[in-house]
Amino acid sequence: MTKTGFSRRSMIALGGAVLATGTTGLLLPARAAGLAPTPSMRGGSNNYRPGAPIVTQIGDGGFWMTGTVRRAGDGAPLPNQRIQIWAHTTEGHERDPQSHGATLTDANGEFRLEMPQIVPAFGQPHGHLAYDSGEFETVFLRPIMASSKDKTLAAHFVLQPL
Amino acid sequence: MTRALLIWTVLALVLAVPLVAAAKSPLLAWRDPVYIIAGIAGVVGMGLLLMQPLLAGRYLPGLSPLASRKWHRWVGVSLIAAILIHVGGLWITSPPDVVDALLFVSPTPFSAWGVIAMWSSFAAAILGVYRQRLKLRFRVWRLGHTLLAAVTIVGSVVHAMLIEGTMEIMTKSALCALVLMASVRTLAKLRVWDVRRR
Repeated sequence: MTKTGFSRRSMIALGGAVLATGTTGLLLPARAAGLAPTPSMRGGSNNYRPGAPIVTQIGDGGFWMTGTVRRAGDGAPLPNQRIQIWAHTTEGHERDPQSHGATLTDANGEFRLEMPQIVPAFGQPHGHLAYDSGEFETVFLRPIMASSKDKTLAAHFVLQPL
Repeated sequence: MTRALLIWTVLALVLAVPLVAAAKSPLLAWRDPVYIIAGIAGVVGMGLLLMQPLLAGRYLPGLSPLASRKWHRWVGVSLIAAILIHVGGLWITSPPDVVDALLFVSPTPFSAWGVIAMWSSFAAAILGVYRQRLKLRFRVWRLGHTLLAAVTIVGSVVHAMLIEGTMEIMTKSALCALVLMASVRTLAKLRVWDVRRR
């Protein structure tokens, strides 16, 4: 018979592990019903140009902006949502019209749009994304690339119904 | 004489090499002239920030104390001009980012350090301009001017080190380290904290 040994040492190890994990929030039960909406990020709306056209690709491409769009509360994926994207890239400044484009989410609430390589501007390699279609509350995101050599950047929206 | 020539040559190199390195940055290929000038003005400003403690501490050979003070004044004026070009050029490039920085709501942590350094440098310059009219005792005035300069120096160095920009990392780190070392050395030499009457 296998003896389950709860020594003082294993209790301390387990307790420590629980404490360490607990601070990350990973021990909370999955609460899709309580999925909180994504707040807009500071500076997210800088150089926003409303009404960017839906395009198959921004400029000559070479870099992928990806992400997901879900509904706050139940976390259901939201298809056919328009996400606007812009950044300082190898082909233009943030404010330039050719740096802006939009795409729609697919049936799984996922989007990906090819665009020119994002390069560091104003001190950080970063992109801008907007949801501003009126059905849900407007959200502006400003994700930062872990490395300016990255070829992709992801941003995730959880939208609050109006 | 040889020693003087050596010191001036080294100083010229220390100021020039970071500028040359920044001028070769690949990022420049994707920036408008106004943005490039704004960035270079920042690099020039960091170089001028190295000159200031060296002049205040009268370390540079061949300059009399009076000449050192005059240079310190003109380098200070140039530093303010460099800061204005830096911020003005960034404003033209992306107004909302600069407004965020000035209002301390920028997402980038280095912005606040830069803005604090900017206001502190303006205040230090104003103290310099109004030194005689303020009628403060010299050592008290100097302590105030030095405290503001110290905030400018620390703020500028943190600002520069946190930025991923046109400055090349080795030359940036070296220049920032030299600015800090020159400043500490000068503060110690002048014993700025000693405000007792002599």
